[in-house]
Amino acid sequence: MTELSLHVLDVAENSTKAKASLVTISVSVESAADKITISIIDDGCGMTKEQVARVTDPFFTTRTTRKVGLGVPFFKMAAEATGGSFSIESEPGVGTTVCAVFGMSHIDRMPLGDMNATIHQLIVMHPECEFLYLYRYDDRQFTLDTREFREILGDIPFDTPEVSAYLKQYLSENESEVNQGQTNI
Amino acid sequence: MKSLEELKAIRERMQGQVGMRSESATDTRVVVGMATCGIASGARPVLTALSEAVAEKKIENVIVTQTGCIGLCQYEPIVEVLAPGQEKVTYVKMTPEKALEVVEKHLIRGQVVTEYTIQNVMK
Repeated sequence: MTELSLHVLDVAENSTKAKASLVTISVSVESAADKITISIIDDGCGMTKEQVARVTDPFFTTRTTRKVGLGVPFFKMAAEATGGSFSIESEPGVGTTVCAVFGMSHIDRMPLGDMNATIHQLIVMHPECEFLYLYRYDDRQFTLDTREFREILGDIPFDTPEVSAYLKQYLSENESEVNQGQTNI
Repeated sequence: MKSLEELKAIRERMQGQVGMRSESATDTRVVVGMATCGIASGARPVLTALSEAVAEKKIENVIVTQTGCIGLCQYEPIVEVLAPGQEKVTYVKMTPEKALEVVEKHLIRGQVVTEYTIQNVMK
């Protein structure tokens, strides 16, 4: 992976496959503490204790088509390589929480990348699932809650070109307002 | 901050347009592999390029969607075109630029871009 946002897409895809009805994705940049915290929380089917214990093992997967599952191990490796940390908690029937902390100025930290492309794609491609996205840079933040959007839109789907374009603008305008020209992310 | 008022305006505009079409059996499906292997090799911008081009050019009866690992990780990003009554076409090692070419030639004009198909790349 070349961007943290690609890891977020990859791990959030797991949530949608776990039949989550709400996926909460939070990206929080704390420049004073020199860290970036990313969490992905879902209310999907969850995993057993045994599965959680093995999920960071690249040679563990629930798929039957092949023997490797690299998404979660990659994400963990990316965080730990920056002096950060990684945790995953899960309970069957309750959901899964993945949290990764990155050393912001660490030379091995990959750029956050295009978070908006990740969020946009998740929303448009998974109409069956609600997303809550929180993006924070120090004391400034914005949120995108698809439940609020859906309330306004009624049965107009997110992949309607006008709505999809609005989503894109909403993300990019709010993100740049929060970043206020910071380019070290 | 961008407001939700604009979204309300979009809804007002859209509600006048009846007959939002849903997926049907006569649609051509364009499927992008979006598992770890696909994402790591650049599937996200490929999918974005495809959806934007199909929406922009108002190509009808084409649905752009995603799937998990297709099983040929070394050839990702992979784009499959499934048209009803036709054999599946598998494009491999795709980029946004190649994807736009597929939109122009294959989806609009009906000509398979053989250069990017798996049969051609595996030779």
